[in-house]
Amino acid sequence: MRCRRWGIAGVMLLAVTASLPAVALQPDEVLADRQLEARARDISAGLRCLVCQNQSIDDSDAPLARDLRLLVRERLQSGDSDRAVRDFVVSRYGDFVLLKPPFKLDTAILWASPLLVLLAGAVAIVIGRRTRRPPPPPDLSPAEQAKLDAILNEER
Amino acid sequence: MSVEVGHYALALALALAVIQVVLPFWGARARDAALMSIGPAAAVAVFVCVLIAFAALVKAHVTSDFSVVNVVENSHSLKPLLYKVTGVWGNHEGSMLLWILVLALFGALVAVSRRSVPEPLRTDTLAVQGVVTIAFLAFVLATSDPFARVFPAPAEGQDLNPILQDIGLAIHPPLLYVGYVGYSIVFAFAAAALIEGRIDAVWARAVRPWSLVAWIFLTLGIAMGSYWAYYELGWGGFWFWDPVENASLMPWLAGTALMHSMLVMEKRDALKVWTLLLAILTFSLSLLGTFLVRSGVLTSVHTFATDPGRGFFILCILVAFIGGGFALFAWRAPVLKQGGLFAPVSREGALVLNNLLLASACATVLIGTIYPLALEALTGDKISVGAPFFELTFLPLALALLLLVPFGQALAWKRGNLLGAAQRVVAALAIAVVGGAVTVAVTRGGPVLAVFGVGLGLFLVAAGVNEVVARSWSRGMPLSNALRRAFGLPRSAWGSAVAHAGVGVVVLGLAAQAWSVETLVTLKPGEAAQAGPFTVVLEGAFPRTGPNFNEEAARFRLIEGGAAVASVEASKRFYAARATTTTEAGIRTLGLSQVYVSLGDSRDGALGVRIYWKPFVLLIWLGAVVMALGGALSLSDRRLRLGVPVPSRRAQASLPTATPAAAE
Repeated sequence: MRCRRWGIAGVMLLAVTASLPAVALQPDEVLADRQLEARARDISAGLRCLVCQNQSIDDSDAPLARDLRLLVRERLQSGDSDRAVRDFVVSRYGDFVLLKPPFKLDTAILWASPLLVLLAGAVAIVIGRRTRRPPPPPDLSPAEQAKLDAILNEER
Repeated sequence: MSVEVGHYALALALALAVIQVVLPFWGARARDAALMSIGPAAAVAVFVCVLIAFAALVKAHVTSDFSVVNVVENSHSLKPLLYKVTGVWGNHEGSMLLWILVLALFGALVAVSRRSVPEPLRTDTLAVQGVVTIAFLAFVLATSDPFARVFPAPAEGQDLNPILQDIGLAIHPPLLYVGYVGYSIVFAFAAAALIEGRIDAVWARAVRPWSLVAWIFLTLGIAMGSYWAYYELGWGGFWFWDPVENASLMPWLAGTALMHSMLVMEKRDALKVWTLLLAILTFSLSLLGTFLVRSGVLTSVHTFATDPGRGFFILCILVAFIGGGFALFAWRAPVLKQGGLFAPVSREGALVLNNLLLASACATVLIGTIYPLALEALTGDKISVGAPFFELTFLPLALALLLLVPFGQALAWKRGNLLGAAQRVVAALAIAVVGGAVTVAVTRGGPVLAVFGVGLGLFLVAAGVNEVVARSWSRGMPLSNALRRAFGLPRSAWGSAVAHAGVGVVVLGLAAQAWSVETLVTLKPGEAAQAGPFTVVLEGAFPRTGPNFNEEAARFRLIEGGAAVASVEASKRFYAARATTTTEAGIRTLGLSQVYVSLGDSRDGALGVRIYWKPFVLLIWLGAVVMALGGALSLSDRRLRLGVPVPSRRAQASLPTATPAAAE
């Protein structure tokens, strides 16, 4: 386990064996072209460090993450679009490398779930209210009506 | 010797927990007061036994008793005393023991709070709590014995993971555990209500303090964990949507919903069944979190496979309690009578909406956390669900909820007036809009979401103030009168105003991070870099020796407008016992903002440095403290005061239900 991230996030959890000294993105990796660098940061923030726990390569200190950061910058410098860079990394490592899961048949439920839960909850509340509405009071029987009329007439 | 005493005490606690469950529960069914009275005594005895066991483990760690495996694996004779103590729960076995200690503590507290919890609710609650205690005691004794000896004893320990050698370990886990485990007692109360087949305002009033305590501690625990990660990890992040973090966020969201639905139950006798379901859900999520974290199933499948016994055992506990809880709910909930009715536009209606949004947010986090696991198990496909997913799904739900908070607070119970509520928050809304506009003007733009966040944060804070003002001051009233009325407001009203304002403070802190600045440079002594309003100059680097580490430290000078305002020191530490390096970020707090410096590799005499300027970053955690303070204010409300451990003799005499004889 190379990522110090998990060590801390997992806090009092399992003892983590070793960690590495370096921190995330290093100054020597930064591209001179500011625009290109900004794009590189943006892309790396969405790519997962494969040996880490849910950590982007931009934040990770693992050597593999560094390799990937350099790869991203290399591709960008050779003129690839953001999309092409992402596609290239995905073609090598699979969807697992994307921190934002792509919308596919596999992940349809995942992406739809917040809305589905919200709608299901709303429907449940409406139905719950319907069924819980107290029944309207029954109409007065002729005898009760007569009694009521009598009382009202008396008052008058 | 004391180690064996500890081990024995743990086994004894298990036996006593069985007594705590069986006899009083039977007594409650047979209405036998003598049997029922065993419950509280047994609960206290269980707590004392677990405390003895815990103390024995602490002693083994403090005295560096390397004949105990747990001490060998997690301690070192040179480790500072504080970390010798905190190292007790800085490992699997010890942390489970702490879990049980808190569990038993809550049982004992309910046992002695005779004034606030009526019989036979207390008996059944203690019985259910006892079942949870049995499960976890059996788990520790069977699979995670912290008292196992090793022979021959090694001369030196392997030291605690250096990343855990921090004051954070002294604060974060205990706070978090009190929160996590606190929901066990709420679960026990819910199960007891289902067993009794009765739930009413008395139940809500008895349970609300416990749910408040759990919520306060969970809030603080999560905030403290976030701050710890922020200063320890060296790259300035404070929330990562890591499964382990999600595991603590889920019970918090469910617990927050529970806190609000209980209010409806207490005041209006409505939402009873839903409240019980939420109580079961909240603890289920706590258990799920424990399972995900403890079994290692989330880190990698291998961790799970290396110790299948533990993971499987917790899975069994999980299935038994969640399944059992829901089965009990399905069986008994129809028996419960539904309570008060209310119009859709009312305080109750707003709280239902609050619950809907919180539950949806919680479900989103849950699904996002376990979906990759389920997908891999079912299809073998591996996907990652990271921060971008949660920002797209969780954030809209959270923002919608927060935007509605002030309106909900302004609505009347039973039947509210939407227009009236809108009028009551118009001042707060104006402050928010002006604040947003000023932000745009001062920062010359900025991300839309961040400007919206500033407005939202101000809206919440202003609405919190407004809530108190509106209830204590009307036009033309002298200030002294208004003040008197404000202080005369129930503490729970203050609590809700303060807690909601605290949420606003958190939102302000989060929004402000859009304007944080990150600088990555290599510096030689004397060279400078720019970070926000400051020029940061590297003064020099020097080696240093600590008790169980060596470090390479670097000192920086912060210069603003030509004048040195502060200095800051960052370092990289090497722990020889574990051959591990950690980065100690240098953090300088200036007002509510921070300059954050962390060291990278040094090459050819130049030092790789990351410098962050984080404006108003402290608001994030201070806001959480304000929220917890609001909870504490609410807890101190006279009507909800926690039971006093030993009631005075007079009080005892005036409370016939507290004596066994009267319960017949």
